[in-house]
Amino acid sequence: MRLYAAVAAGAFRRHATYRIATAAGVFTNTVFGFIIAYTYTALWDERPHLGGYDLSQALTYAWLGQALLTTCAIMGGGFEDELMERIRTGDVAIDLYRPADLQLWWLAADLGRAGFQLLGRGIVPMGVGALAFDLALPGRPLIWLAFLLSVFLGVVVGFGVRYLVALSAFWLLDGAGAGHVSFLAGMFFSGMLLPLTLFPGLLGEIARVLPWSSLLQIPADVFLGRRTGWGLIEAFAFQIGWALALLALGRLLQAVAMRRVVVQGG
Amino acid sequence: MWEGPRAYGLIVAMWVRSTMTYRTSFALTALANFAVTGFDFVTILLMFSHVDRLGGYSLPEVAFLYGAAGTAFGLTDLFVGSTDRLGRRIRDGTLDTLLVRPAPVLAQVAADRFALRRLGRVTQGLLVLGWALTALDIAWTPLKVAMIPMMVLSGTAIFASLFVAGAAFQFWAQDAAQVQHSFTYGGNTLLQYPPTVFAKDLVRGVTFVLPLAFVNWLPALYVLDREDPLGLPDWVAFLPPVVAAGCCALAGLAWRAGLRAYRSTGS
Repeated sequence: MRLYAAVAAGAFRRHATYRIATAAGVFTNTVFGFIIAYTYTALWDERPHLGGYDLSQALTYAWLGQALLTTCAIMGGGFEDELMERIRTGDVAIDLYRPADLQLWWLAADLGRAGFQLLGRGIVPMGVGALAFDLALPGRPLIWLAFLLSVFLGVVVGFGVRYLVALSAFWLLDGAGAGHVSFLAGMFFSGMLLPLTLFPGLLGEIARVLPWSSLLQIPADVFLGRRTGWGLIEAFAFQIGWALALLALGRLLQAVAMRRVVVQGG
Repeated sequence: MWEGPRAYGLIVAMWVRSTMTYRTSFALTALANFAVTGFDFVTILLMFSHVDRLGGYSLPEVAFLYGAAGTAFGLTDLFVGSTDRLGRRIRDGTLDTLLVRPAPVLAQVAADRFALRRLGRVTQGLLVLGWALTALDIAWTPLKVAMIPMMVLSGTAIFASLFVAGAAFQFWAQDAAQVQHSFTYGGNTLLQYPPTVFAKDLVRGVTFVLPLAFVNWLPALYVLDREDPLGLPDWVAFLPPVVAAGCCALAGLAWRAGLRAYRSTGS
Protein backbone atom coordinates (compact mmCIF):
# COMPACT_ATOMS: atom_id res chain seq x y z
CA MET A 1 0.00 0.00 0.00
CA ARG A 2 2.81 2.36 0.94
CA LEU A 3 4.50 1.59 -2.36
CA TYR A 4 1.44 2.66 -4.37
CA ALA A 5 1.08 5.82 -2.30
CA ALA A 6 4.67 6.63 -3.20
CA VAL A 7 3.98 5.96 -6.88
CA ALA A 8 0.95 8.27 -6.75
CA ALA A 9 2.93 10.98 -4.96
CA GLY A 10 5.70 10.64 -7.52
CA ALA A 11 3.26 11.06 -10.41
CA PHE A 12 1.76 14.09 -8.67
CA ARG A 13 5.18 15.70 -8.29
CA ARG A 14 6.16 14.82 -11.83
CA HIS A 15 3.17 16.64 -13.28
CA ALA A 16 3.69 19.52 -10.86
CA THR A 17 7.08 20.23 -12.44
CA TYR A 18 5.47 21.27 -15.75
CA ARG A 19 4.56 24.72 -14.46
CA ILE A 20 4.40 26.61 -17.73
CA ALA A 21 2.49 23.79 -19.40
CA THR A 22 0.01 23.82 -16.51
CA ALA A 23 -0.42 27.60 -16.73
CA ALA A 24 -0.90 27.32 -20.49
CA GLY A 25 -3.48 24.57 -19.94
CA VAL A 26 -5.34 26.69 -17.39
CA PHE A 27 -5.45 29.49 -19.96
CA THR A 28 -6.85 27.17 -22.63
CA ASN A 29 -9.48 25.70 -20.30
CA THR A 30 -10.54 29.22 -19.36
CA VAL A 31 -10.82 30.38 -22.97
CA PHE A 32 -12.90 27.36 -23.93
CA GLY A 33 -14.95 27.74 -20.75
CA PHE A 34 -15.97 31.23 -21.86
CA ILE A 35 -16.82 30.16 -25.42
CA ILE A 36 -18.92 27.19 -24.29
CA ALA A 37 -20.60 29.18 -21.52
CA TYR A 38 -21.76 31.79 -24.07
CA THR A 39 -23.11 29.17 -26.47
CA TYR A 40 -24.98 27.53 -23.58
CA THR A 41 -26.38 30.93 -22.60
CA ALA A 42 -27.74 31.37 -26.14
CA LEU A 43 -29.21 27.86 -26.06
CA TRP A 44 -30.82 28.19 -22.64
CA ASP A 45 -32.15 31.66 -23.52
CA GLU A 46 -34.21 29.96 -26.23
CA ARG A 47 -35.21 27.00 -24.11
CA PRO A 48 -35.02 27.60 -20.36
CA HIS A 49 -34.80 24.39 -18.30
CA LEU A 50 -33.51 22.43 -21.27
CA GLY A 51 -32.44 18.94 -20.21
CA GLY A 52 -33.65 19.66 -16.68
CA TYR A 53 -31.05 22.35 -15.98
CA ASP A 54 -31.68 26.03 -15.40
CA LEU A 55 -29.25 28.50 -16.99
CA SER A 56 -27.02 28.78 -13.96
CA GLN A 57 -26.79 24.99 -13.66
CA ALA A 58 -26.01 24.69 -17.37
CA LEU A 59 -23.20 27.24 -17.03
CA THR A 60 -21.85 25.36 -14.03
CA TYR A 61 -21.92 22.21 -16.13
CA ALA A 62 -19.91 23.95 -18.87
CA TRP A 63 -17.18 25.05 -16.45
CA LEU A 64 -17.13 21.67 -14.68
CA GLY A 65 -16.42 20.14 -18.07
CA GLN A 66 -13.32 22.30 -18.41
CA ALA A 67 -12.24 21.56 -14.84
CA LEU A 68 -12.59 17.80 -15.26
CA LEU A 69 -11.31 17.54 -18.84
CA THR A 70 -7.74 16.68 -17.90
CA THR A 71 -8.55 15.34 -14.42
CA CYS A 72 -10.59 12.47 -15.85
CA ALA A 73 -8.42 12.49 -19.03
CA ILE A 74 -11.58 12.69 -21.12
CA MET A 75 -9.55 13.39 -24.25
CA GLY A 76 -6.90 10.84 -23.27
CA GLY A 77 -3.40 11.93 -22.44
CA GLY A 78 -3.00 10.14 -19.14
CA PHE A 79 -0.55 7.29 -18.80
CA GLU A 80 -1.66 5.19 -21.75
CA ASP A 81 0.73 6.61 -24.34
CA GLU A 82 3.67 5.81 -22.10
CA LEU A 83 2.49 2.29 -21.34
CA MET A 84 1.81 1.61 -25.04
CA GLU A 85 5.31 2.77 -25.87
CA ARG A 86 6.74 0.46 -23.20
CA ILE A 87 4.74 -2.44 -24.62
CA ARG A 88 5.87 -1.67 -28.15
CA THR A 89 9.55 -1.44 -27.24
CA GLY A 90 9.41 -4.41 -24.87
CA ASP A 91 10.34 -2.30 -21.82
CA VAL A 92 7.18 -3.60 -20.21
CA ALA A 93 9.14 -6.77 -19.45
CA ILE A 94 11.21 -4.72 -16.98
CA ASP A 95 8.02 -3.53 -15.28
CA LEU A 96 7.08 -7.14 -14.69
CA TYR A 97 10.22 -7.75 -12.60
CA ARG A 98 9.12 -5.06 -10.18
CA PRO A 99 7.68 -6.30 -6.90
CA ALA A 100 4.44 -4.54 -7.73
CA ASP A 101 1.26 -5.27 -9.60
CA LEU A 102 1.34 -3.76 -13.09
CA GLN A 103 -2.27 -2.58 -13.08
CA LEU A 104 -2.17 -1.14 -9.55
CA TRP A 105 1.14 0.56 -10.31
CA TRP A 106 -0.32 2.45 -13.27
CA LEU A 107 -3.57 3.12 -11.42
CA ALA A 108 -1.64 4.72 -8.58
CA ALA A 109 0.35 6.82 -11.05
CA ASP A 110 -2.84 7.89 -12.83
CA LEU A 111 -4.50 8.86 -9.55
CA GLY A 112 -1.49 11.01 -8.69
CA ARG A 113 -1.70 12.66 -12.09
CA ALA A 114 -5.45 13.24 -11.73
CA GLY A 115 -4.98 14.73 -8.26
CA PHE A 116 -2.54 17.25 -9.62
CA GLN A 117 -4.71 18.10 -12.63
CA LEU A 118 -7.73 18.69 -10.41
CA LEU A 119 -5.77 21.17 -8.28
CA GLY A 120 -3.64 22.61 -11.06
CA ARG A 121 -6.09 22.83 -13.94
CA GLY A 122 -9.46 22.49 -12.26
CA ILE A 123 -9.65 25.15 -9.59
CA VAL A 124 -8.51 28.26 -11.45
CA PRO A 125 -10.83 27.95 -14.50
CA MET A 126 -13.72 27.15 -12.18
CA GLY A 127 -12.89 30.22 -10.10
CA VAL A 128 -12.75 32.46 -13.17
CA GLY A 129 -16.05 30.98 -14.34
CA ALA A 130 -17.64 31.67 -10.97
CA LEU A 131 -16.48 35.31 -11.11
CA ALA A 132 -17.68 35.90 -14.67
CA PHE A 133 -20.96 33.97 -14.56
CA ASP A 134 -23.67 33.17 -12.04
CA LEU A 135 -22.76 29.57 -11.21
CA ALA A 136 -24.75 27.17 -9.06
CA LEU A 137 -22.10 26.25 -6.47
CA PRO A 138 -23.18 23.79 -3.78
CA GLY A 139 -23.74 25.32 -0.36
CA ARG A 140 -23.52 22.17 1.70
CA PRO A 141 -20.04 20.72 2.41
CA LEU A 142 -21.48 17.22 2.09
CA ILE A 143 -22.21 17.80 -1.59
CA TRP A 144 -18.63 18.89 -2.17
CA LEU A 145 -17.43 15.69 -0.51
CA ALA A 146 -19.82 13.56 -2.57
CA PHE A 147 -18.59 15.39 -5.70
CA LEU A 148 -14.95 14.65 -4.88
CA LEU A 149 -15.78 10.98 -4.32
CA SER A 150 -17.64 10.90 -7.64
CA VAL A 151 -14.68 12.51 -9.44
CA PHE A 152 -12.37 9.94 -7.85
CA LEU A 153 -14.59 7.12 -9.10
CA GLY A 154 -14.74 8.81 -12.50
CA VAL A 155 -10.94 8.83 -12.68
CA VAL A 156 -10.86 5.11 -11.85
CA VAL A 157 -13.46 4.32 -14.53
CA GLY A 158 -11.50 6.43 -17.03
CA PHE A 159 -8.36 4.57 -16.03
CA GLY A 160 -10.14 1.24 -16.54
CA VAL A 161 -11.03 2.17 -20.11
CA ARG A 162 -7.61 3.57 -20.97
CA TYR A 163 -5.85 0.56 -19.45
CA LEU A 164 -7.71 -1.68 -21.87
CA VAL A 165 -6.73 0.64 -24.71
CA ALA A 166 -3.09 0.52 -23.64
CA LEU A 167 -3.10 -3.30 -23.36
CA SER A 168 -4.42 -3.51 -26.93
CA ALA A 169 -0.87 -2.56 -27.95
CA PHE A 170 0.16 -6.15 -27.08
CA TRP A 171 -1.83 -7.27 -30.12
CA LEU A 172 -1.90 -4.21 -32.34
CA LEU A 173 1.67 -3.03 -31.63
CA ASP A 174 0.63 0.46 -32.69
CA GLY A 175 -2.10 1.44 -30.26
CA ALA A 176 -2.71 4.82 -31.88
CA GLY A 177 -5.88 3.65 -33.63
CA ALA A 178 -7.41 2.23 -30.45
CA GLY A 179 -6.37 5.39 -28.62
CA HIS A 180 -8.16 7.48 -31.21
CA VAL A 181 -11.38 5.51 -30.96
CA SER A 182 -11.28 5.76 -27.18
CA PHE A 183 -10.68 9.52 -27.41
CA LEU A 184 -13.68 9.93 -29.71
CA ALA A 185 -15.93 7.84 -27.48
CA GLY A 186 -14.75 9.68 -24.38
CA MET A 187 -15.41 13.06 -25.97
CA PHE A 188 -18.90 12.13 -27.17
CA PHE A 189 -20.25 9.89 -24.41
CA SER A 190 -18.87 11.67 -21.35
CA GLY A 191 -21.17 14.63 -21.91
CA MET A 192 -18.28 16.91 -22.78
CA LEU A 193 -19.96 18.28 -25.93
CA LEU A 194 -23.41 18.68 -24.42
CA PRO A 195 -25.02 17.27 -21.27
CA LEU A 196 -26.17 13.72 -21.97
CA THR A 197 -29.68 14.67 -20.82
CA LEU A 198 -29.92 16.64 -24.10
CA PHE A 199 -29.13 13.63 -26.28
CA PRO A 200 -32.34 12.52 -27.98
CA GLY A 201 -34.17 9.24 -27.47
CA LEU A 202 -32.32 5.96 -27.66
CA LEU A 203 -28.95 7.63 -28.21
CA GLY A 204 -29.39 9.43 -24.88
CA GLU A 205 -30.43 6.26 -23.09
CA ILE A 206 -27.40 4.38 -24.41
CA ALA A 207 -25.03 7.26 -23.65
CA ARG A 208 -26.20 7.41 -20.05
CA VAL A 209 -25.46 3.73 -19.30
CA LEU A 210 -22.01 3.61 -20.95
CA PRO A 211 -18.96 3.93 -18.66
CA TRP A 212 -18.00 7.39 -19.98
CA SER A 213 -20.97 9.07 -18.31
CA SER A 214 -19.02 8.47 -15.07
CA LEU A 215 -16.35 10.93 -16.19
CA LEU A 216 -18.40 14.11 -16.35
CA GLN A 217 -22.17 13.71 -16.44
CA ILE A 218 -22.45 11.96 -13.06
CA PRO A 219 -19.93 14.08 -11.12
CA ALA A 220 -21.59 17.22 -12.57
CA ASP A 221 -25.05 16.04 -11.51
CA VAL A 222 -23.73 15.28 -8.03
CA PHE A 223 -22.18 18.76 -7.89
CA LEU A 224 -25.45 20.36 -9.01
CA GLY A 225 -27.36 18.55 -6.25
CA ARG A 226 -29.44 16.57 -8.74
CA ARG A 227 -28.32 13.33 -7.14
CA THR A 228 -29.22 13.16 -3.48
CA GLY A 229 -30.27 10.45 -1.08
CA TRP A 230 -31.08 7.24 -2.92
CA GLY A 231 -30.15 8.79 -6.28
CA LEU A 232 -26.69 9.57 -4.97
CA ILE A 233 -26.18 5.99 -3.82
CA GLU A 234 -27.33 4.80 -7.24
CA ALA A 235 -24.84 7.12 -8.93
CA PHE A 236 -21.99 5.77 -6.80
CA ALA A 237 -23.11 2.19 -7.39
CA PHE A 238 -23.13 2.82 -11.15
CA GLN A 239 -19.60 4.23 -11.06
CA ILE A 240 -18.26 1.53 -8.74
CA GLY A 241 -19.89 -1.15 -10.89
CA TRP A 242 -18.20 0.11 -14.06
CA ALA A 243 -14.90 0.63 -12.24
CA LEU A 244 -14.85 -2.95 -10.93
CA ALA A 245 -15.98 -4.44 -14.23
CA LEU A 246 -13.34 -2.56 -16.23
CA LEU A 247 -10.56 -3.27 -13.74
CA ALA A 248 -11.47 -6.97 -13.75
CA LEU A 249 -11.50 -7.05 -17.53
CA GLY A 250 -8.13 -5.29 -17.55
CA ARG A 251 -6.78 -7.92 -15.18
CA LEU A 252 -8.04 -10.71 -17.40
CA LEU A 253 -6.60 -9.14 -20.53
CA GLN A 254 -3.34 -8.50 -18.72
CA ALA A 255 -3.07 -12.16 -17.73
CA VAL A 256 -3.60 -13.22 -21.35
CA ALA A 257 -1.08 -10.63 -22.54
CA MET A 258 1.51 -11.74 -19.99
CA ARG A 259 1.43 -15.26 -21.37
CA ARG A 260 2.13 -13.70 -24.74
CA VAL A 261 5.21 -11.93 -23.41
CA VAL A 262 6.57 -15.18 -22.02
CA VAL A 263 5.83 -17.05 -25.25
CA GLN A 264 7.73 -14.44 -27.22
CA GLY A 265 10.60 -14.68 -24.80
CA GLY A 266 10.23 -11.13 -23.52
CA MET B 1 12.70 34.49 -52.41
CA TRP B 2 11.42 31.13 -53.66
CA GLU B 3 13.75 29.18 -51.44
CA GLY B 4 11.16 28.89 -48.64
CA PRO B 5 8.25 27.58 -50.71
CA ARG B 6 10.62 25.24 -52.57
CA ALA B 7 12.02 23.73 -49.38
CA TYR B 8 8.50 23.51 -47.98
CA GLY B 9 7.29 21.69 -51.08
CA LEU B 10 10.16 19.20 -51.02
CA ILE B 11 9.66 18.33 -47.34
CA VAL B 12 5.90 18.04 -47.83
CA ALA B 13 6.37 15.73 -50.82
CA MET B 14 8.65 13.56 -48.71
CA TRP B 15 6.11 13.22 -45.92
CA VAL B 16 3.30 12.54 -48.36
CA ARG B 17 5.34 9.75 -49.95
CA SER B 18 6.03 8.23 -46.56
CA THR B 19 2.36 8.52 -45.58
CA MET B 20 1.27 6.79 -48.76
CA THR B 21 3.42 3.77 -47.96
CA TYR B 22 0.70 2.69 -45.56
CA ARG B 23 -2.47 3.56 -47.45
CA THR B 24 -4.92 1.80 -45.14
CA SER B 25 -3.45 3.53 -42.12
CA PHE B 26 -3.70 6.85 -43.95
CA ALA B 27 -7.34 6.26 -44.88
CA LEU B 28 -8.21 5.36 -41.29
CA THR B 29 -6.45 8.32 -39.70
CA ALA B 30 -7.99 10.70 -42.26
CA LEU B 31 -11.39 9.26 -41.43
CA ALA B 32 -10.73 9.71 -37.70
CA ASN B 33 -9.65 13.31 -38.36
CA PHE B 34 -12.92 13.82 -40.24
CA ALA B 35 -14.93 12.31 -37.39
CA VAL B 36 -13.24 14.29 -34.61
CA THR B 37 -14.00 17.60 -36.28
CA GLY B 38 -17.43 16.33 -37.25
CA PHE B 39 -18.36 16.18 -33.57
CA ASP B 40 -18.33 19.97 -33.43
CA PHE B 41 -21.08 20.04 -36.00
CA VAL B 42 -22.94 17.16 -34.35
CA THR B 43 -23.01 19.31 -31.21
CA ILE B 44 -24.59 22.13 -33.20
CA LEU B 45 -27.11 19.70 -34.74
CA LEU B 46 -27.97 18.40 -31.26
CA MET B 47 -28.50 22.00 -30.13
CA PHE B 48 -30.79 22.66 -33.08
CA SER B 49 -32.79 19.53 -32.25
CA HIS B 50 -34.03 21.58 -29.26
CA VAL B 51 -34.23 25.09 -30.73
CA ASP B 52 -35.00 26.73 -34.09
CA ARG B 53 -32.62 29.63 -33.63
CA LEU B 54 -29.37 30.22 -31.81
CA GLY B 55 -28.52 33.83 -31.10
CA GLY B 56 -31.20 34.67 -33.68
CA TYR B 57 -29.55 32.60 -36.43
CA SER B 58 -31.07 29.61 -38.22
CA LEU B 59 -29.28 26.29 -38.72
CA PRO B 60 -28.19 26.99 -42.35
CA GLU B 61 -26.82 30.36 -41.26
CA VAL B 62 -24.83 28.83 -38.40
CA ALA B 63 -23.69 26.08 -40.79
CA PHE B 64 -22.44 28.77 -43.17
CA LEU B 65 -20.36 30.39 -40.41
CA TYR B 66 -19.20 26.95 -39.30
CA GLY B 67 -18.26 25.75 -42.77
CA ALA B 68 -16.35 28.91 -43.68
CA ALA B 69 -14.34 28.97 -40.43
CA GLY B 70 -13.89 25.19 -40.50
CA THR B 71 -12.56 25.11 -44.06
CA ALA B 72 -10.16 28.00 -43.46
CA PHE B 73 -8.97 26.45 -40.21
CA GLY B 74 -8.64 23.03 -41.85
CA LEU B 75 -6.46 24.44 -44.63
CA THR B 76 -4.29 26.23 -42.07
CA ASP B 77 -3.99 23.10 -40.00
CA LEU B 78 -2.99 21.17 -43.12
CA PHE B 79 -0.37 23.69 -44.26
CA VAL B 80 1.22 24.94 -41.02
CA GLY B 81 -0.47 22.90 -38.25
CA SER B 82 2.84 21.25 -37.35
CA THR B 83 4.27 24.51 -36.02
CA ASP B 84 2.86 23.68 -32.59
CA ARG B 85 5.59 21.03 -32.28
CA LEU B 86 8.24 23.73 -32.06
CA GLY B 87 8.28 23.77 -28.25
CA ARG B 88 8.93 20.04 -28.17
CA ARG B 89 11.75 20.39 -30.70
CA ILE B 90 13.34 23.12 -28.58
CA ARG B 91 13.10 20.97 -25.44
CA ASP B 92 14.64 17.86 -26.96
CA GLY B 93 17.23 19.83 -28.91
CA THR B 94 16.22 18.64 -32.39
CA LEU B 95 15.52 22.20 -33.51
CA ASP B 96 19.29 22.63 -33.85
CA THR B 97 19.26 20.07 -36.65
CA LEU B 98 16.89 22.30 -38.59
CA LEU B 99 19.04 25.37 -38.00
CA VAL B 100 22.09 23.94 -39.71
CA ARG B 101 20.21 22.76 -42.80
CA PRO B 102 20.43 25.03 -45.84
CA ALA B 103 16.70 25.86 -45.90
CA PRO B 104 14.59 28.48 -44.14
CA VAL B 105 13.71 27.30 -40.62
CA LEU B 106 10.09 28.41 -40.87
CA ALA B 107 9.56 26.31 -44.01
CA GLN B 108 11.07 23.31 -42.25
CA VAL B 109 9.03 23.80 -39.08
CA ALA B 110 5.79 24.28 -41.04
CA ALA B 111 6.38 21.19 -43.18
CA ASP B 112 7.59 19.10 -40.23
CA ARG B 113 5.69 15.79 -40.18
CA PHE B 114 3.24 17.15 -42.74
CA ALA B 115 0.04 15.25 -42.05
CA LEU B 116 -2.07 14.65 -45.14
CA ARG B 117 -4.75 13.12 -42.90
CA ARG B 118 -5.69 16.68 -41.99
CA LEU B 119 -7.52 16.74 -45.31
CA GLY B 120 -10.25 15.12 -43.20
CA ARG B 121 -10.87 18.41 -41.44
CA VAL B 122 -10.88 20.37 -44.71
CA THR B 123 -13.35 17.92 -46.26
CA GLN B 124 -15.63 18.18 -43.26
CA GLY B 125 -15.61 21.99 -43.40
CA LEU B 126 -16.23 22.02 -47.14
CA LEU B 127 -19.16 19.61 -46.84
CA VAL B 128 -20.87 21.74 -44.20
CA LEU B 129 -20.13 24.89 -46.20
CA GLY B 130 -21.53 23.30 -49.36
CA TRP B 131 -24.68 22.16 -47.60
CA ALA B 132 -25.16 25.62 -46.05
CA LEU B 133 -24.83 27.32 -49.44
CA THR B 134 -27.58 25.13 -50.92
CA ALA B 135 -29.84 25.46 -47.86
CA LEU B 136 -29.53 29.25 -47.52
CA ASP B 137 -32.02 31.52 -49.21
CA ILE B 138 -29.76 34.27 -50.55
CA ALA B 139 -30.21 36.73 -53.42
CA TRP B 140 -26.80 36.01 -54.97
CA THR B 141 -24.87 38.83 -56.62
CA PRO B 142 -21.44 38.43 -58.26
CA LEU B 143 -19.94 40.27 -55.31
CA LYS B 144 -21.51 37.88 -52.81
CA VAL B 145 -20.32 34.86 -54.80
CA ALA B 146 -16.75 36.25 -54.91
CA MET B 147 -16.95 36.75 -51.17
CA ILE B 148 -16.93 32.98 -50.46
CA PRO B 149 -13.47 32.05 -51.85
CA MET B 150 -12.13 35.40 -50.62
CA MET B 151 -13.17 34.73 -47.03
CA VAL B 152 -11.88 31.17 -47.03
CA LEU B 153 -8.46 32.18 -48.41
CA SER B 154 -8.07 35.27 -46.22
CA GLY B 155 -9.28 33.27 -43.25
CA THR B 156 -6.63 30.64 -43.95
CA ALA B 157 -3.94 33.35 -44.01
CA ILE B 158 -5.21 34.94 -40.76
CA PHE B 159 -5.28 31.58 -38.97
CA ALA B 160 -1.86 30.71 -40.42
CA SER B 161 -0.32 33.90 -39.02
CA LEU B 162 -1.79 32.99 -35.62
CA PHE B 163 -0.12 29.58 -35.86
CA VAL B 164 3.23 31.14 -36.77
CA ALA B 165 2.97 33.84 -34.09
CA GLY B 166 2.05 31.14 -31.58
CA ALA B 167 5.07 29.11 -32.63
CA ALA B 168 7.28 32.19 -32.24
CA PHE B 169 5.92 32.58 -28.71
CA GLN B 170 7.20 29.08 -27.95
CA PHE B 171 10.77 30.29 -28.41
CA TRP B 172 10.24 32.02 -25.05
CA ALA B 173 7.79 29.63 -23.38
CA GLN B 174 8.54 26.15 -24.66
CA ASP B 175 5.75 24.40 -22.78
CA ALA B 176 3.07 26.77 -23.99
CA ALA B 177 1.72 24.96 -27.07
CA GLN B 178 -1.61 25.07 -25.26
CA VAL B 179 -1.67 28.87 -25.39
CA GLN B 180 -1.29 28.63 -29.15
CA HIS B 181 -4.16 26.14 -29.21
CA SER B 182 -6.48 28.38 -27.26
CA PHE B 183 -6.15 31.07 -29.93
CA THR B 184 -6.23 28.75 -32.94
CA TYR B 185 -8.60 25.94 -31.94
CA GLY B 186 -10.42 28.28 -29.56
CA GLY B 187 -10.76 30.92 -32.27
CA ASN B 188 -12.12 28.32 -34.66
CA THR B 189 -14.70 27.16 -32.11
CA LEU B 190 -15.70 30.76 -31.40
CA LEU B 191 -16.24 31.56 -35.08
CA GLN B 192 -18.47 28.52 -35.54
CA TYR B 193 -21.21 30.37 -33.67
CA PRO B 194 -22.90 33.69 -34.55
CA PRO B 195 -21.34 36.82 -33.04
CA THR B 196 -24.67 37.63 -31.34
CA VAL B 197 -24.06 34.69 -29.01
CA PHE B 198 -21.08 36.38 -27.37
CA ALA B 199 -20.64 39.39 -25.12
CA LYS B 200 -19.95 42.64 -27.01
CA ASP B 201 -16.53 43.06 -25.40
CA LEU B 202 -15.48 39.64 -26.64
CA VAL B 203 -16.67 40.50 -30.16
CA ARG B 204 -14.77 43.81 -29.96
CA GLY B 205 -11.67 41.92 -28.85
CA VAL B 206 -11.72 39.52 -31.79
CA THR B 207 -12.43 42.37 -34.22
CA PHE B 208 -9.94 45.03 -33.20
CA VAL B 209 -7.28 43.24 -31.13
CA LEU B 210 -7.03 39.70 -32.50
CA PRO B 211 -8.76 40.14 -35.87
CA LEU B 212 -10.50 36.75 -35.95
CA ALA B 213 -13.81 38.36 -36.91
CA PHE B 214 -12.36 38.92 -40.40
CA VAL B 215 -12.00 35.16 -40.94
CA ASN B 216 -15.73 34.68 -41.40
CA TRP B 217 -18.02 36.83 -39.23
CA LEU B 218 -17.69 40.14 -41.07
CA PRO B 219 -17.72 38.82 -44.67
CA ALA B 220 -20.43 36.27 -43.82
CA LEU B 221 -22.68 38.89 -42.27
CA TYR B 222 -22.49 40.80 -45.55
CA VAL B 223 -23.48 37.70 -47.53
CA LEU B 224 -26.32 36.96 -45.11
CA ASP B 225 -27.48 40.60 -45.11
CA ARG B 226 -27.16 40.80 -41.38
CA GLU B 227 -26.25 43.64 -39.09
CA ASP B 228 -22.86 43.42 -37.37
CA PRO B 229 -23.46 43.56 -33.57
CA LEU B 230 -20.83 46.32 -33.32
CA GLY B 231 -22.59 48.37 -36.03
CA LEU B 232 -19.54 48.50 -38.33
CA PRO B 233 -20.14 49.79 -41.88
CA ASP B 234 -20.65 47.38 -44.80
CA TRP B 235 -17.30 47.97 -46.48
CA VAL B 236 -15.51 46.38 -43.52
CA ALA B 237 -16.66 43.06 -44.99
CA PHE B 238 -14.20 43.58 -47.86
CA LEU B 239 -11.17 44.07 -45.64
CA PRO B 240 -10.18 40.44 -44.92
CA PRO B 241 -7.39 40.33 -47.58
CA VAL B 242 -5.88 43.54 -46.16
CA VAL B 243 -6.15 42.29 -42.59
CA ALA B 244 -4.68 38.94 -43.63
CA ALA B 245 -1.67 40.63 -45.25
CA GLY B 246 -1.11 42.72 -42.11
CA CYS B 247 -1.35 39.64 -39.87
CA CYS B 248 1.15 37.72 -42.00
CA ALA B 249 3.62 40.63 -41.84
CA LEU B 250 3.31 40.84 -38.04
CA ALA B 251 3.64 37.08 -37.65
CA GLY B 252 6.77 37.16 -39.82
CA LEU B 253 8.30 39.80 -37.57
CA ALA B 254 7.38 37.83 -34.44
CA TRP B 255 8.94 34.71 -35.95
CA ARG B 256 12.21 36.51 -36.71
CA ALA B 257 12.37 38.02 -33.23
CA GLY B 258 11.76 34.59 -31.73
CA LEU B 259 14.38 32.88 -33.84
CA ARG B 260 16.94 35.55 -32.89
CA ALA B 261 16.12 35.10 -29.20
CA TYR B 262 16.60 31.32 -29.42
CA ARG B 263 19.36 29.80 -27.34
CA SER B 264 19.94 26.13 -27.78
CA THR B 265 19.57 23.92 -24.72
CA GLY B 266 22.81 22.28 -25.85
CA SER B 267 21.46 18.79 -25.32
